[in-house]
Amino acid sequence: MDVINIQGTDDTPSVILDKASGKFEISGRSLPEDVNMFYEPILDWIDLYSEDPNDRTEFSFKLEYFNTASSKIILDILLKLEEIMEKGKEVVIKWHYHEDEEDMLEAGEEYADIVEIPFDYVLYND
Amino acid sequence: MSKEIESHRFLEFAYQLYKTMKTNEINLVYEGEVTQEITKTFTSLTEKNMARSEEPNQVQRKVFNVMVECLQNISKHADTLSDEGETDKRGIVMVSKGEDSYKIITGNVIRNSKIPGLKESLEHINSLDKAGLSSLYKQQIKETKLSKKGGAGLGLIDIAKKTGSKLSYQFKELNDDVSFFILTSTIKRN
Repeated sequence: MDVINIQGTDDTPSVILDKASGKFEISGRSLPEDVNMFYEPILDWIDLYSEDPNDRTEFSFKLEYFNTASSKIILDILLKLEEIMEKGKEVVIKWHYHEDEEDMLEAGEEYADIVEIPFDYVLYND
Repeated sequence: MSKEIESHRFLEFAYQLYKTMKTNEINLVYEGEVTQEITKTFTSLTEKNMARSEEPNQVQRKVFNVMVECLQNISKHADTLSDEGETDKRGIVMVSKGEDSYKIITGNVIRNSKIPGLKESLEHINSLDKAGLSSLYKQQIKETKLSKKGGAGLGLIDIAKKTGSKLSYQFKELNDDVSFFILTSTIKRN
């Protein structure tokens, strides 16, 4: 499968999606002008991946900030990962949050309430 | 002669504006089109100012978050004064730093027909506590579909959640068709 490797900017996140190495990570800031356009290839990639997923998928979110439009897309990603889990594969979300950013921890907990996937919360500082 | 008076008035206005900004500790005033570029410029400007003044990180992050949502609200939802094919998303943006809080004030033109719905959302949001806002957010994020403009209808809920303050707002009627909508978001500094 192709590897997605997008370098972050001041309004879009870095994205790495690599089936072979098992690295799945979205990090940085997400406040793009057009969320649909930015995330479309990412959602398409996950759709393709879910046809033949790894036995275990550890998906990392290490976001410093995301706007509300991105928050909807993040839920879409999580719902796709949930489908993979429903196929009998193991899925874990690593939800990173900065020590100064309680709101980010809360955001993770809210997602964990909505989807059935297990969340690991990882605290980091600069 | 009249030109001189005109120019004097303008200088006087500039001076009054400066004084008003200083007295009210207003750091930023803008009126014009609100684009993604403007959003990025203002948020990074405000970030730099806050970092310089050694504002706690948590406050800096909240101010950044709220500014983005306020500005993107204008760039997605602002209406125009005339129907004549104008599509610019314009508004005013002000940021003030007081003893206890930052205030982010935004204003934009809105069609009068949209006011009852917006008022209802604002009042509903203001009636909820932290837990209530969290469940409204979860319900909305599940049910909403992103609009073509990328709006999720979550911005105001998010601002209320992150600030922990009530949204303060006003509608000033401009004519039979449109009003000016002013929203003030308050971020406590401690």
